[in-house]
Amino acid sequence: MIQVRIAAHGVDVEFQAGPGITALFGAAGAGKTLILDAIAGFVTPTGGRIILDDEILFDAASRVNVPPRRRHCGYVARHWALFPHMSLHDNLLFPQAGVPGLARLERHRRVKEMVERFAPLDAARRPHDVSPAQRLRATLARALIGEPKLLLVDEPAAGLDMGLRVEWHKVLRMVRDETSLPILLAARDLETCFELAGNMLLLDAGRILQSGPPRKVLDQPLSVEAARLLGIRNLFPAEILALDPGRNTSRLRLENFELTGPYLPGRLRGDRVWLCVEPGQLRAMPHDGAKPSMNQVAARLERASQMPRAVRLEFAGGIVAEVARPEFEQRPKDNDNKEWLVEFPPHALRVLGCP
Amino acid sequence: MPLDWSPLWLGLRYAGLATLLAMLVALPLAWLLARHRFPGSELLDAAANLPMVLPPAVLVYYLLAASGRWPLRFNWHAAVAVSAVYTLPVLLRMARAGLAAVDHSLENAARGLGAGEWRTFWRITLPLAWRALLAALLAGFVRAFADFGATAIVAGSAGTAWLLLPIAAAALAVLYIENRLRRRQVLA
Repeated sequence: MIQVRIAAHGVDVEFQAGPGITALFGAAGAGKTLILDAIAGFVTPTGGRIILDDEILFDAASRVNVPPRRRHCGYVARHWALFPHMSLHDNLLFPQAGVPGLARLERHRRVKEMVERFAPLDAARRPHDVSPAQRLRATLARALIGEPKLLLVDEPAAGLDMGLRVEWHKVLRMVRDETSLPILLAARDLETCFELAGNMLLLDAGRILQSGPPRKVLDQPLSVEAARLLGIRNLFPAEILALDPGRNTSRLRLENFELTGPYLPGRLRGDRVWLCVEPGQLRAMPHDGAKPSMNQVAARLERASQMPRAVRLEFAGGIVAEVARPEFEQRPKDNDNKEWLVEFPPHALRVLGCP
Repeated sequence: MPLDWSPLWLGLRYAGLATLLAMLVALPLAWLLARHRFPGSELLDAAANLPMVLPPAVLVYYLLAASGRWPLRFNWHAAVAVSAVYTLPVLLRMARAGLAAVDHSLENAARGLGAGEWRTFWRITLPLAWRALLAALLAGFVRAFADFGATAIVAGSAGTAWLLLPIAAAALAVLYIENRLRRRQVLA
């Protein structure tokens, strides 16, 4: 269990993390690396306290600052940081040379054990001479061989190609499942958070906007900043016109149209809120001239762009919809005026805090 | 008349000693300046580079005045010391650049893996910067050596000016090696 409260260079955060992977999610410059560096001891915060398993690593008030070598944190740096002038075997030996009373044979036995656990590893070769997949396994092996109480991982997956990323996630999952270590993972993409993390902290400009299981965070962003950070499109300011608990509905006015939404408990008539809809949940069809039915809005198509598995349609007024490719390709060919009907299904509407 | 090689050997010996002495000072100083910022670090940097901008005569005058050995008396300790001070800026600048070029995250990785500052320096920083440091050593040596040759001849311990020829040849060879080293450093 790690408890962190730090203030340093524009970062001000407080959180704790137990066994399993906790993802620090945020854009570049959000302070992810700085937090990891402060916990590892490479950066001294100006204030706060860091406690790892009842041991105080840093406390600004009582001026405790344990040096990095005695913090028992495994650190996987962004660019691996394997020592280029040593073989993988020597890289793995390095952390143990500082342990007093550890016999030579025992050290080599441990290295052998790790090499087997993270097989295949060409332990006799240097980092530059092995495949990137081996490099990432060796980095993890080296971070774990000193039996750390906490593993800090600084998004090495950023910039990895797909195959390597799959491999990286596999190894990290293995570590997560085989140990009960708390793992702090700085991540820049949501997929990583969803695939690996049990918990995520949403970081923006050095502050934690929201925390919780990734699914919950994505489904219920607490603020419009959080929603933007999560890449949620279709954020509209809206006003609540009516609430009907009997029929479990509400009436909302957007900039120039009205929608029927689900009942919004805890909100009052006249409240101003942010409305958001996943692009994939909007339905879009070419406008054939018929009168729009409930929750349908006529909108002008500004751009259609191909996505890997869908077509993204961008309409005037900032509405973004994603439709399946066949659906898009089956549209009538004479639809040149680009008038479309966009349907907002009531169940897909979500409401965030005040604008 | 048989060729008198003694100034060459003398020059090599003095320059070697001076370079080693200067390196003993330059290496910790370079590490300190490359890795740490502290109050007065800029001043220290400027002071260490002072011999580079001072004319040698002025420098020697101040050194002698400071050591109380006025009027001038030639002995080999003093010669080596002066040469070392004169060589220091070259060594310091090159060593500092070499140390600063070592990836900081590797040193941090070593610290995180349980190494103290000393072990981090010996096992990580030094092996990764050795080419740059060797190049610095050679450049410093060339400077000390060339300087000594000129001094020795003017001082009259060698009778003739043609002795400059082997000295220049030796200096050229060392420069060539240094150049090669630096290119390999860049490639590495």
